[in-house]
Amino acid sequence: MNWELLFFWMLATVSIGSALAVVANKNPVRSALFLVTNFFVLALFYLTLSAQFVALVQVIVYAGAIMVLFLFVIMLLNLGAPESLRERGGLQAPVAIVLALSFLIAISGAGAISSGLPKSAATAASLEKGGEVEAIGHALFNPGLPWLFAFEVTSILLLVGVVGAIVLAKRRA
Amino acid sequence: MLPVPTEYYLVLSGVLFTIGVIGVLIKRNPIVIFMCIELMLNAVNLSFVALGRHFGHINGQMYVIFVMAVAAAEVAIGLGIIVAVFRTRETINIDEINLLKY
Repeated sequence: MNWELLFFWMLATVSIGSALAVVANKNPVRSALFLVTNFFVLALFYLTLSAQFVALVQVIVYAGAIMVLFLFVIMLLNLGAPESLRERGGLQAPVAIVLALSFLIAISGAGAISSGLPKSAATAASLEKGGEVEAIGHALFNPGLPWLFAFEVTSILLLVGVVGAIVLAKRRA
Repeated sequence: MLPVPTEYYLVLSGVLFTIGVIGVLIKRNPIVIFMCIELMLNAVNLSFVALGRHFGHINGQMYVIFVMAVAAAEVAIGLGIIVAVFRTRETINIDEINLLKY
């Protein structure tokens, strides 16, 4: 077993464990902290996939900005461990788990294993240069590629998001 | 030759996505449901990056960057909606919030 594979299994264990803890915890603050763990592990995955820029953006945007927003709202609404949010009994959870497991078998079996991927086109150069800021910037701002238009549209989307969040959160007079 | 096969990353991504689906289906707290949606978005991002490496192409990472931008906007709006609903209804139990009006 080579070291990359060993590292992959360690990271996979931590990421699946923290994801399960997000779902299983009753306290939303703990769920949020396990989600931060999961985001950091995914950033490490991106590093092993030679996507350095995406890994840094993952830490800054997800583990930084989005999780701060989550924790801020949890503490603002004072949701320690409210009684009213206890899970109901009944068939909902078992049925959901059975459906989700069949979904997992479908996507992992049909999509990734049985159909088979074409042979990898990755070269040593593409692995080394793959995720550098320079390559991303050239792809993002090249007028010949579709990403430039999407980038401009994203700026409008973020503007609408900022205005919408202020309008929603503003206290009505 | 790739040190870790791409299929491993795809199956891991499927497992993480499924855990997110389970959370969305069984949780009562809309904030935790939001976290599970983030889990699902991250699982898809992982498969994008893994396939981008597999094909030696930058496009996988470009998609991830746009998914992150949309996720940031979505979280800001969604948490704003949750705060607004909590202010008017004094509860965030997802079973009692069955009307968007009022």
